[in-house]
Amino acid sequence: MSNFENLNDINSFTHFSELDISTISNETLIKMLYKMILIRKAEEKISDNVENGVIKCPCHLAIGQEAIAVAAGLSMIDGDKAFGAHRSHAHFLALNENTYSLFCEVLGKEDGCSKGMGGSMHIIDQKNGFYGSVPIVGATIPIATGAGLSISLKKEENISISYFGDGACEEGVLHESLNLASVMNLPTIFICENNLFSSHLRIDQRQPDLYTSRFALAHKIESKVLDGNNITELYKFMKNQFISVRKSHKPIFIEALTYRWKGHVGFREDEDVGVKRSQDLSKWRDRDPILLLVNELIKENKLSKEELKKMENEILEKIDSDWDKALNAKFPDKSNLNNFVYS
Amino acid sequence: MSKQIKYSKAIHEAFTYLLENHDEFFVIGQGLWSPWYVGETMKDLDKKFGKSRVIDTPVSELAVTGATIGASITGFKPLVVHPRVDFMLLAIDQIVTQAAKWRHMFGNNSSAPATFRAIINRGGEQGAQHSQSLQSWFAHIPGLKVVMPYDANDARDLLISSVLADDPVIFMDDRWLYDEVSFDKGLKLLDLKDVKPEIISTGDDLTIVGSGYTVKQIIDCKKEISKLGVEPEIIDLRILNPIDYNIILKSVEKTGRLLVVDGDWSSCGIAAEVICSVTEELNPSIFKSKPMRVTLENAPAPTSKVLEEDYYISKERIIEATKKII
Repeated sequence: MSNFENLNDINSFTHFSELDISTISNETLIKMLYKMILIRKAEEKISDNVENGVIKCPCHLAIGQEAIAVAAGLSMIDGDKAFGAHRSHAHFLALNENTYSLFCEVLGKEDGCSKGMGGSMHIIDQKNGFYGSVPIVGATIPIATGAGLSISLKKEENISISYFGDGACEEGVLHESLNLASVMNLPTIFICENNLFSSHLRIDQRQPDLYTSRFALAHKIESKVLDGNNITELYKFMKNQFISVRKSHKPIFIEALTYRWKGHVGFREDEDVGVKRSQDLSKWRDRDPILLLVNELIKENKLSKEELKKMENEILEKIDSDWDKALNAKFPDKSNLNNFVYS
Repeated sequence: MSKQIKYSKAIHEAFTYLLENHDEFFVIGQGLWSPWYVGETMKDLDKKFGKSRVIDTPVSELAVTGATIGASITGFKPLVVHPRVDFMLLAIDQIVTQAAKWRHMFGNNSSAPATFRAIINRGGEQGAQHSQSLQSWFAHIPGLKVVMPYDANDARDLLISSVLADDPVIFMDDRWLYDEVSFDKGLKLLDLKDVKPEIISTGDDLTIVGSGYTVKQIIDCKKEISKLGVEPEIIDLRILNPIDYNIILKSVEKTGRLLVVDGDWSSCGIAAEVICSVTEELNPSIFKSKPMRVTLENAPAPTSKVLEEDYYISKERIIEATKKII
């Protein structure tokens, strides 16, 4: 069913669900909260420094979409391999809270995750399961499918993950990759973060339907639409499905509906290449994935306001200290320009 | 005992060697379970080594090439076969923008050591979209190596070393060479980094550089060129990117004359690159005549046989250019 006529009315989104923390351990819940706040604050730091001109490379921020990366990150195990796209700070930090490494990278410093050679759009951390992000739309989808082929050929009990957005579903390579993963039985999890926007165009200006998971159906891949701002739902589904795909070696397609708070690129909030979104945005802010979890934890007496404040302060301190350290870090050696072209 | 080896058989030997000795190797691409897509070069490999290591695929050049790259990033040394260069262009983002840059943009923390076997399949009235070779396109890209063997021993040994290299490699084999026979020197394990252009025959009067099929054409002209009273030094480039110029420079210093024959278009091509690099390096006074190039006519490949005769490089055109130089 297409809901296009109601895209302006957040209440008409049928996929929204209530958080349910009852079956998740306290430890995991607190970890989720910590990671989401860390990602939020790290991206706010990056946003501020894009605005004041300290960061020059293009930064695509995932503020408002943190729940998806954190749920997937917490569901991954050793040997699982995730690939991102242009908006991947959250995917990276969900697997490794190393904000220093990310800050160095966006500043083009030697201590960055890509030694300052990649910037915001080319981040990597293979040791922790993040195998690279690139800004060519859809480009990592077949690469993640190939990582699935690796796992399949080695008969390992692992998965590969391809993160992409609703815009990438308009690239032909998604369809080739879904077909390949389906006929070859590859253990690849296709995660579409449908944030309703590709650059400045809303999905109803680009596609005839809101739901991108319809493409999975054509390739006989099981799919599920989830509330992308509901971390408990995302986590429970991903955790179980990842376990099952590690055994079955059959791909699945997860569509997480969410909303991008910032513009396509950079620090600006409610406008994006001339498109005003302020009305939508204020409604989506009420469905802030962090706020939804905080409210639930407080309601169920799993977290006090003081504890939350303490956690936020700890995170802010870490971020400020990592940022200052990154500002003082060294730039790459000039020989890297030619030394990294070939082995 | 002297043994002969056919070019297509040599490629087959390379695949057999890789499949027998390297668990991290697999080969994937369209037509690998069919007897006619890749000639005799892969005959029955799927039967001998199994369909999970010799993988035929859906008609999806882009995703299959991307998946090959994905496998190369995660521990394999795979090779993807494109039975025609023309169709490989559907996968260009993955080759040029992903694999070629993967090591550099991630600060040497990762790499994509996949091999892209691009088969040049042209002539026979196949027309504009079944005849391209485009080696200079690929040679333009930092991060990609481009290998183009002429000799059957090279077809085998350089295929193996392309696959085992830690870099993405375009391996271009020309179907016009498949039935060519060389003296079999036996399989040699080479490090691609050590492979340099090779002097096929020595001479003092004229340096002629070719790659792949054009090397055979130059050799076929040798007797006739000698009759003109000059001895050509014939050099096989073998690797088109990066090119090691030392051997070529030394040769041109000696002969003072340079002819480059390249089976592709002239504009921004390999012939232009070789001539430019040589003239940049050498003192103008050593040249006894202007360097020249013989390339394809500057047009899409025609279909009609009559036009094909003019389009492709012929022995006559090489001789004609030689006469102009001397």
